[in-house]
Amino acid sequence: MGAPALTPPLGIATPVPSAVPLPPAAGVLGRPGRGFFAVRQLAWLLALAAALAAAVLMSLAFGARTVPLPIVFDALAHFEPANGDHAVVASRLVRTVAGLVVGASLGLAGTSMQGVARNPLADPGILGVNAGASLAVVAGIFFFGAAGVSSYLWFAFAGSAVAAVVVYGVASLGRSGATPVKLALAGAAAAAGMGSLMSAMLVTSQDSLELFRTWQVGALAGKSWDAVGAVLPFVTIGAVILLATGRLLNTLALGDDMARGLGHRPGPGRAVSAVGIVLLCGSATALAGPIGFIGLVVPHLLRGLVGPDYRWLLPLSLLAAPAILLTADVAGRVVLLPGEVPAGILAALIGAPVFIAVVRRGRRAEL
Amino acid sequence: MSVLDKAQLPAGAAVLGGAWVRERRKAPRRRRAWVAGILGAAVAGLFFANVLLGSYTVTVPDFLRLMGGAEIPGASFIVMENKLPQALLGLLAGASFGVAGAIFQAMLRNPLASPDIIGISYGASAAAVAAIVVFGARGAGVSLAAMGGALVVAVLITWLARGRGGTGLILVGIGAAAFLQAAVTFLLSRADTGNARDVMVWLSGSLAPANWQRVAFLAAALLVLLPLAGPGARQLRGLALGADTAAGLGFNVPRARLLLTLLGVLLAALPTAAAGPIAFVAFLSGPIARRLNNGAPSLAVAALVGAGIVLAGNLAAVNAIPRVSLPVGVVTGALGAPFLLWLLISSNRSNQGG
Repeated sequence: MGAPALTPPLGIATPVPSAVPLPPAAGVLGRPGRGFFAVRQLAWLLALAAALAAAVLMSLAFGARTVPLPIVFDALAHFEPANGDHAVVASRLVRTVAGLVVGASLGLAGTSMQGVARNPLADPGILGVNAGASLAVVAGIFFFGAAGVSSYLWFAFAGSAVAAVVVYGVASLGRSGATPVKLALAGAAAAAGMGSLMSAMLVTSQDSLELFRTWQVGALAGKSWDAVGAVLPFVTIGAVILLATGRLLNTLALGDDMARGLGHRPGPGRAVSAVGIVLLCGSATALAGPIGFIGLVVPHLLRGLVGPDYRWLLPLSLLAAPAILLTADVAGRVVLLPGEVPAGILAALIGAPVFIAVVRRGRRAEL
Repeated sequence: MSVLDKAQLPAGAAVLGGAWVRERRKAPRRRRAWVAGILGAAVAGLFFANVLLGSYTVTVPDFLRLMGGAEIPGASFIVMENKLPQALLGLLAGASFGVAGAIFQAMLRNPLASPDIIGISYGASAAAVAAIVVFGARGAGVSLAAMGGALVVAVLITWLARGRGGTGLILVGIGAAAFLQAAVTFLLSRADTGNARDVMVWLSGSLAPANWQRVAFLAAALLVLLPLAGPGARQLRGLALGADTAAGLGFNVPRARLLLTLLGVLLAALPTAAAGPIAFVAFLSGPIARRLNNGAPSLAVAALVGAGIVLAGNLAAVNAIPRVSLPVGVVTGALGAPFLLWLLISSNRSNQGG
């Protein structure tokens, strides 16, 4: 339980006035009573855990062929390869685990990005980090004949790191620093430019186009245990790094000067967070292709539920993001039978309106 | 002492008045004529380079004979059915994108507010792809769908961003663009493979599918719309001073905005329907034209710049890699992105986002 551990000066400072550039937080912040917060946050923790469990079960049960829940449990307990339903559940299990890994990575990375950049529009998709990872993966396939997720990974890490540095660097130049509009534009520009380079490579190599087309849209289907296993160590390292930065992000929200005054070092802190973000975004993109907007939606949703404390937001994003991604994946399976809509597309179709809502809620001075 | 001699003495010029002032006031117009002349020559050169050069080179005498109606085996087909319509489509689409971009940028007083960044071109894309994939439309049906889609998106983002200023509109537009891109990708993944290849080429913005029918349709539409840009430019010069000042000077601001938006949307949607959303042409033309024109916006110069960008991009895209012909949008996208980043870096205005 994090909240009671607040030091007195910070405890008073937490209900920050309008200086914090995270508008959704403002409504929740004003209410006093720390104990109330802890109860509410624990309640949401349990609710989100239940939602995630429900999403996992739905992901195992629903699809082109619906498997009743008792048979799902049966298959998990005593698996029989000869049983058709059990085989369906087994194939959906890989997909579900991939969804858990990808969703958790993107949610945590997005939440951390919004804290590090102090920017309510930060998201691995909007900032072009996923596009950088995909461009690097396509370049790896095209120039070096890379094949398989374990070799995609390294290209994805390099690509997302370069994209993150370039986009954030470009946006923070100039007097006003990295404003949301500059970040979003720099990200959109970088994504568009990298998309052009990507299609230049794809047009010249027709064979990989078909393979790429299914990877690009952010599908969870068709992954192997090997692929999931290859990214898991990096996701774990990235997640551990980012989960440890909750207190740092809380102080960064007060401004760099305040953070320094409270004994944090913003520069190195941001660099460490960036390493974690790159590990998570690169892993997620290498596994499932670029999926945007999950990282944008989740922190905003959670701020509405539990308030602006990053020590709650970061771990809860590990529950909420995979729940949303798996729900999107299940919806994509059943919405257009017998075909499927990839989860990445549904995520964008749901997430883009949320992006617009966030823009509309923000006061003009903040944008 | 003649008047001209006095004009060379700026220190005393203020008192001399008359001829000197007239001379000075003509200077921007003369510069614009020079810029337009040089750009026009460059565009003409690029146009003929597109028609004559490439994997199959046509000599000038042969080309003149073809234009005279002669039949030359081989060259006839390549020039008349392939290269000439492509170059014409590039010329028309580039000019149209250029004017559309310049209208939006001048009206919203922000170089970032071009139709390809705020999602209007993607609205045209999404509607056109839906028309192709879902309804099997071809030709004029696709153009109508693109215009409808662009108009709907323009209305929607203006409504969603009301009261949020220019940066709000740009951010809402970026969100809308992302949504529409996802919709297009979704439609793509639903299409059967034959359709999907067509759509993929079209989506990156390509002159390759050009034919006389498309060229004629676009040319006819532009013949109607471009003359409207003349009076539009006058309104734009008023709006560029800001809504309040323009209203004070006697401009009917809401009506001017409505008509200019309509004109800009149509000019962005028509070439999108014919050649796909060629990335960043609308965005690049306005600022480049303004820079060439000494800081004053000019729709005619923007049209020439747009045409030049598309034709030069196509020349590079077709000939850069032997035996491989890239879509022109790949080249403009790869070059436009660094320009946008540079624009972000070089602007120091706070809160303008640009």
